[in-house]
Amino acid sequence: MKRQAEGDECGHENCMKRAFPIFAVLTAVLLSYALYEALVAAPTEQTMGNVQRIFYYHVPSAWTAFLLFFINFVCSIQYLVRRDKVADSIANWVAIVLGVAACAAAVVIRPLPSGVEPSSVATTGLAITGLYFLVKRYFSGSRTDALALVTAEVGVVFCTVVLVTGPLWARPVWGIWWTWDVRLTSTLVLWLIYISYLMLRRFSASGQTPVLAAALAIFGALDVPLVYFSIWIFRTQHPQPVIGGGGSIDPRMLHVLLINWLAFLCFAALICWSRYRLEVLQREVEEIHAMKGLQDPRSSG
Amino acid sequence: MNFLYAAYSATWIIHITYLVILVRRYHNLRSEIDELKKGEPAPGH
Repeated sequence: MKRQAEGDECGHENCMKRAFPIFAVLTAVLLSYALYEALVAAPTEQTMGNVQRIFYYHVPSAWTAFLLFFINFVCSIQYLVRRDKVADSIANWVAIVLGVAACAAAVVIRPLPSGVEPSSVATTGLAITGLYFLVKRYFSGSRTDALALVTAEVGVVFCTVVLVTGPLWARPVWGIWWTWDVRLTSTLVLWLIYISYLMLRRFSASGQTPVLAAALAIFGALDVPLVYFSIWIFRTQHPQPVIGGGGSIDPRMLHVLLINWLAFLCFAALICWSRYRLEVLQREVEEIHAMKGLQDPRSSG
Repeated sequence: MNFLYAAYSATWIIHITYLVILVRRYHNLRSEIDELKKGEPAPGH
């Protein structure tokens, strides 16, 4: 059975290796098209003018960062619970119950909070359950930990884009680069948490590092809903959500926004896959060094 | 308009910098693997 699972894994990897160049070309074409749509095809906003077009890079980058941090959260939970059979089966049941409860809540709870659509509640619940079992199926053992590291690193890159493009939009529109409002501050805290996660992974040589990092990632992920819902819960200077939050957006602008998000998602998947392969290779080399050190203790010093 | 170009340029500078870091890491790892292979005894010995 184990050999068959390893064979399956190699099959997936070979398939992915062959698909990689095609996917890279498609992503490059999609990114170019999305850039054209954002800079040329999208209508100019009446109040802010052209500077509003920053939104087509700022918002998709934020959504992509949130998704990557969420995958990191799922991987971190799995890494921790797989160490214990009972905890693993409890986590499986929690994931199933969460999906079912979200679908039931979408049907039963009336009225839902302002701006929350029943379909988005059900989709989010099912996405959580689906992602949990996808990671479980395709990433076993230390590969879960590798995926957690990769998604945190790429998530930090996208979160950096959010923190850089936000002030570049705020300066001409608000007249200031930065304000300590809840949305902005919680995003900065999120970035700092994941920077500390990466520092822990980089500089700690302890065997317990993956466990500590997984625990830190779970706390970090708790900040994601706070960032996302802060503009619903608190009075903030940040613009209200344009999708599902009572705000409105021109359908042509929404189309450009979604095209850009799709392009950034493909780009993030591409970087994650490259970084994941690099991480697996790195671990194999470290293992060889460790084995050599065991065979010849003088060479390890 | 300057802020718009600055934001788009900054986005791509961040992504390209990260990609360059990844490529450099990959080359370092490849040379490390090559050195490990050189140190291995030839098959059959």
